Amino acid sequence: MSKLSIDELKAKAKELRTLIIDTTVWAGSGHYGGALSSADILTALYFRFLNIDPANPDWDDRDRFILSKGHSGIGFIPCLHLRGYFPVDELKNFNHFMSPFGMHPDCKKVKGCDASTGSLGHGLPMGVGMALGAKVLKKDFKTVVLLGDGECNEGSNYEAMMAASHYKLTNLIAIVDRNGFMIDGPTETVMGLEPFADKWEAFGWTVYECDGHNMQELCDTLDKAWANDTGKPVAIIAKTVKGKGVSFLEGDVRSHYGAFDSAQAEQAKQDIANM
Amino acid sequence: MAEKTITGTSWNVYDANTMSAREIYGRVMRELAKTNDKIVGVTADLEKSTNIGIFGKDFPDRMFNVGIAEQNLFGVAAGLAKVGLIPFASTFAVFAALRGAEQVRTDICYQNLPVKIIGTHGGISFGQAGSTHHCTEDIAIMKSFPNMTVIVPADGFETGKAVEACLDIPGPVYIRVGRGFEPPFHKDHNFDFEIGKGQLVKDGTDVTIITCGIGVLQSVNAAKELQEVDGISVRVINIHTIKPIDKEIILKAVKETRRIVTVEEHSIIGGLGDSVAAVIAESGKGCAFTKLGLNDEFAVVGYPEDLYAHYKLDSSGIADSIRAIMGKEFEADEDWSDEV
Ligand SMILES: Cc1ncc(C[n+]2csc(CCOP(=O)(O)OP(=O)(O)O)c2C)c(N)n1
Repeated sequence: MSKLSIDELKAKAKELRTLIIDTTVWAGSGHYGGALSSADILTALYFRFLNIDPANPDWDDRDRFILSKGHSGIGFIPCLHLRGYFPVDELKNFNHFMSPFGMHPDCKKVKGCDASTGSLGHGLPMGVGMALGAKVLKKDFKTVVLLGDGECNEGSNYEAMMAASHYKLTNLIAIVDRNGFMIDGPTETVMGLEPFADKWEAFGWTVYECDGHNMQELCDTLDKAWANDTGKPVAIIAKTVKGKGVSFLEGDVRSHYGAFDSAQAEQAKQDIANM
Repeated sequence: MAEKTITGTSWNVYDANTMSAREIYGRVMRELAKTNDKIVGVTADLEKSTNIGIFGKDFPDRMFNVGIAEQNLFGVAAGLAKVGLIPFASTFAVFAALRGAEQVRTDICYQNLPVKIIGTHGGISFGQAGSTHHCTEDIAIMKSFPNMTVIVPADGFETGKAVEACLDIPGPVYIRVGRGFEPPFHKDHNFDFEIGKGQLVKDGTDVTIITCGIGVLQSVNAAKELQEVDGISVRVINIHTIKPIDKEIILKAVKETRRIVTVEEHSIIGGLGDSVAAVIAESGKGCAFTKLGLNDEFAVVGYPEDLYAHYKLDSSGIADSIRAIMGKEFEADEDWSDEV
């Protein structure tokens, strides 16, 4: 697949957001807030950056992606569909009996998914392992891990951050979906993360901050991360809005998880169309 | 809403027909905290999801949300207990039993601290969430920790009683509840609840089901069906306390019915079934025995009702298993005087 242009990526992200709404309806409920905040990041990765082959999901040399914030499966799994891993019909059974798709992605069942996640704080350690493994195997694939900001409360992340810089994992990219919310409230009210960039820097990472909804800026930042000549692992803190694109969800703590009635789903899709 | 008073504390009795077990937990804890100022709450970004936030709303100075950090959650709870407080620590069962397991074992159980752990979304009650959120190992893990008391209430009414009763236990207690949409077993709060004491909920002579949690209601329904359709007389025991286990009620059932089936929303490895099996084996008495639960497997995805049916934990699945055990052979041993 050729890499999409910025305008094409913007359109694709809209398509993904719309599919997130549909999938939430099919599933009965979902963690739509964090899925919508990650939608542009996922789109940029899957349609421009990740070197992958949907016809050959287990290709050894592919770039690896870990959705450490596994509850955003309702964004990630539709994205894999759009990228061509499986037909849309399979999404209609999301969450239901025997579906390969539950709220949290299971790599044994979801084609294109590199790691099973859902328990927060597991993705970065696994990412360190994959990036280290690439060095052992002398392969030049990248490993990208997408984290939630609330997720960055988990101590395991800091253990992994320490290891990543210790081993100079320049092939590892961590992206934090900095939407400012966790379940119980704003991150800074529940458990303050700031000065957040300083924390990553103190652990030996190169840190870039960008607007996680500005496709141009996002791609420019990912370009730098891909080219990484800093000698350190790269973290991107992507400033985002929880529930982005849906007027009644944006920036609302209640956007974390829930269900849509048909009027809300319609409204949500309208809002996305008007983005 | 009835008022209930127990040795110095009083709390309102909530209706499990209209409230989830989680909600009742938060409310009872809040009531108990009004007269016991040692009670504090700790959670890890699941104030709302576990409903400990109901307490937190009224007692913001005694509620601590440590963020998404379960190891810290149980370490902090241990510290609070060390200085004389009684922490209730709430998260999903899977994160209590697995993520925080070493803190629970080494900080809380080893030092025998009065931390009350309420694990919600236990078993496969959060079926759609998949294996990262299912928890079918917590009973096995928690019961293996010295000093730990393990309780799996049948419903919200029983959860309320367990939350109250756990204050009388000087050490750590683990109470496992579901997601909260399970129908209640008890009609109201008028029943006796004593930690460590099984409850005979239905008498019978042919076979006994020993169960806990959601299994209680389903087993009673299965027993009714078996009586009506097959003429099988089924005894049902609600053994809400897995540890310490009520040996007496188990051995009595072995003696009187000679067929035992355990039903639990848990792996059949290490759970209630294995506790019951050990009691029977140690007694030296023979009986037909079957454990129902999840086999050595991660559960599939789906809404809980579908999963309960799939894993034969609903009344018709249980009834089928009872029919199967009725034909099972066992060696008779008529000399019971030495054991029971
Ligand atoms: C170890 C662990 N603890 C708790 C949870 C429950 N949980 C699911 S999502 C969530 C909040 C996540 O917040 P954040 O990482 O900021 O994600 P976002 O806001 O992007 O959805 C929590 C606490 C979990 N999945 N894993």
